[in-house]
This record gives sequence, C-alpha cells and structure tokens, in this order.
Amino acid sequence: MNGIEMLWDNLDVFAAGLQNTLILFGVSSACSFMLACVIAFLLEGQDNLFRRLVRWALDLMRMLPFLIFLYLLYYGLPNLGISLDVWSAGFIALITYHGAYFAEILRAARTALPAGQAEAAYAHGFVNSNMYWRILLPQMVMRSGPLFGNQLVCLLKDTAFLSIITLMDLTAAASAVQAKYFVPLPPFIFVIALYWSITLLVEALLRRLGRRAQKRGLVHE
Amino acid sequence: MNKSAPVVEIRDLHKHFAGIEVLRGINLKVERGQTVSILGSSGSGKSTMLRCINWLEVPDTGEIYIGGDRMGVKSGGGKAMSNRELAAMRARTAMVFQSFNLWPHLTVLQNVTEAPIHVMGVSRKEANDQAVALLEKVGLSHKHDAYPWSLSGGQRQRVAIARALAMNPQVILFDEPTSALDPELVGEVLAVMRSLAEDGFTMVIVTHEMEFARAVSNEVVFIEKGQIIERAAPEKFFTNSDSERVRQFLGRYRTTTA
Repeated sequence: MNGIEMLWDNLDVFAAGLQNTLILFGVSSACSFMLACVIAFLLEGQDNLFRRLVRWALDLMRMLPFLIFLYLLYYGLPNLGISLDVWSAGFIALITYHGAYFAEILRAARTALPAGQAEAAYAHGFVNSNMYWRILLPQMVMRSGPLFGNQLVCLLKDTAFLSIITLMDLTAAASAVQAKYFVPLPPFIFVIALYWSITLLVEALLRRLGRRAQKRGLVHE
Repeated sequence: MNKSAPVVEIRDLHKHFAGIEVLRGINLKVERGQTVSILGSSGSGKSTMLRCINWLEVPDTGEIYIGGDRMGVKSGGGKAMSNRELAAMRARTAMVFQSFNLWPHLTVLQNVTEAPIHVMGVSRKEANDQAVALLEKVGLSHKHDAYPWSLSGGQRQRVAIARALAMNPQVILFDEPTSALDPELVGEVLAVMRSLAEDGFTMVIVTHEMEFARAVSNEVVFIEKGQIIERAAPEKFFTNSDSERVRQFLGRYRTTTA
C-alpha cells in the first residue's frame, strides 16, 4: 500500500480530526481573545491590590507549561471532586492559557498608546468603560495584528496536546492511522500540511486587520 | 446649573507634583461669552491650571465650579465624585489639546460624532447632521471620511475644535492649541478660534500667541510661578501693564520675535 492510498482510505478519520481541530481552534481563539479584552479592561486604571492580583495570575499562567496545565485540569481536578470531559478540559485549558497571552499582548499595546488618547476621551465626558471599549481597545487590537498572528499559531499547535488526553483531533487522527499501518511518514506529513494550511488562512485574515490598521496610520509596513 | 454663575470659577487652587508646588493659590472667574487668554513662561503652571478645570489633574486643594456646580467633588461633602458623575460634569466642558489627540481609528466625521452619540446619547442622524455643519464651519467639509493621520497639523486641530464644539460645551479649554503646528499652519487654527470668540463662545486659552491674545481676548491673565500676577484687558496688558514682570516678559517676547 502506498502513502496516497493510505491517506485516501482513511480520509474520514482525517476529516473528523480536522473538524475537531478547527472547532477547538475557532472557539478557543474567539473566546480567549474576548477573555483577554475583559482582562485588559480589568487592568485599566490605577494600580491597586485587585489589579496586582490579576497581573500576578497572568504571569503565573504564562509560566506554566501548557501540558501540565491541561493535566491539572483533566487529571488533577477530579481529586477535588470536579470531573471534566476532554472537550471541557480542552476548551478551558486553551481559552484561559492563551487568554493570558492575548491579555499580555493587549497590555503591551495599552502602554504604547499615547496618554492623550484617554485624556481626550475623559475631557469629552467618557466614563472609563466606554472609553476603554470604544477608544482604547480598537486601537490596541489594530496595532497588535502581527502579535495576534503569532499567538494564534501557538494556540493552533497547542490543540495537538489534547490528543494526549484522548480528544480525537488532527494529531490523534494521524497517530491512529500511523498505528494502523506502522508507517508514520505519510499521515504525519499530511496533517502537517493541514496545520500549515490553517495558519495560512489565519494569516490571510490578519492581513485584513493589518490593512485596516494601515489605512488609519496605526501601523506601517 | 445656575445661569448667573460664572461659567468657570477657580477658588484658591493648589497643586504640586513630586514635591514642587506648581499652582499656589489661583483664583479666577470666567463669565459667559468671555475669551480669557492665559499667558506665562513655560513651567509657570498655566497648563496645569487649565487641566485642573476639567479634572484631568486633580487639585490638591481648592475648588472648581462649572456654571456654579462643583467639579470633581460631591455636593454637600468632601467626597470625590463617582466616575459617572465626574464624566457628566466634564461633558459640560470640552478641551482642545496641544497634540490634537484625535482618535486615529475613527474618521474625521466619526471623531466629531463619537462623544455626542456615546456620551450624550444623541441619535446618529442628529449627530451626523451636526458634525457636517461643524466641519463646514472649520472648513473641512471635504475631509469627512479621511483618517486623522492623513491630515496636516492645522487640519487636525480644526477637527479637534469641531469635536469640542459638538459637545455644546459651556466652555472650551484650549491648551496651547497652536504650539505643535508649523508656523504657516498656525493662522488657519487661530482664524477658527477668532470666529468662535466672535460667535460668543466662552473660551479659556493657554497660549504663546501674543498677537492673537491681544486681538481676541476680553481679558489676559498672566501666571508666574503658580500664581496669577496680572489680570487686565488686553490693551492695558500689552501696552501699559502695572506689573514689572509682565513688562519684562513682553519685552523679551518682542526682542525674540522682532
């Protein structure tokens, strides 16, 4: 049996894996981004105990290896009486872990904004929340396109860890096919190509964000 | 709001930064329709004073009143206003900044409609109509859909003035509005400000433009080391001030620009 045949005969396995990976990636990207926007909002304002705790939690999350975090959720929590299925554990892990990284990207973008942006909003009667969501956040997001792209690629790659806790994603599909024939190269090369295609798609989407930013002079080529 | 109260009243304002007393007991009243220019050398505290009026800087002690209502502090007690109360007070004023501070992600038209829609709750239609009229007033009708970065400094500052006017403010605070402009662009901004003064807007202007202050102000205030040391009608101020320090300041200005 040659490699092409092997892939062809198992297309349904790959399709199911791809679908699960896309769901994991899509939902986790959107949710971790929204989580990050909320976290960055919570950090907006003068330093206080609460904001210091939030920043500390962000740092803690970012220094944790993703796989250990996943193990904690999936294998550790049952000891405390909380059992999560693989999907819940996977979503929670991806969203909170990458949410912390996205929040850090937004925090960096916030510190780079000129002080006059918020001042102009305050001077025109904006309250903090309106000022953040309408004036600051859009600029922070538009300026952060390339960093988001980088982080989304990391998120995509981290979905592969979920195959370890038996979620049938693209990596699990490749492992399954490999285990069936004991020929590792074709299935793994095939899923690498699929992962690569997803990142190309992500970068195409982010280029559109980049064009919006360029049109407004917020980033330069 | 009290119709007969001064539009802006500052009482015994003190402010220090990092141990340095920037403002040392400022008292000032601005009446409706007045244009008051604030002059003084760099570091005299004039911008800080202006920024205390809308609470961008919180005074150490002293009181600010806008139309008779206390800024920043709840009535009947010394407690600080909530975020929402403070925003409502600030919305009665507007500010034009030295560095424009337009919102770069919004078009020119959106910069002008943003606060009316999202602060004052004006309908989009009404805010748009008003913005179109204001942009015409400042001579930028052809720039509705441009983004701020593509405009010259003078154009940006005129958008900022339209944005301020869109609040229907009781007073507009100008913080060195022409100091960041190329000399050849200063005139177009001053022309707009002059027309506002003629229309009877109440304005407080921190500036280094002596000719403009002389031509447009009802009153000129001179600040030195955090205190007002001279208040006079422009003619008297510029030709015959009682203050030795003011005469010296004007003399140096004349020699450097002659």
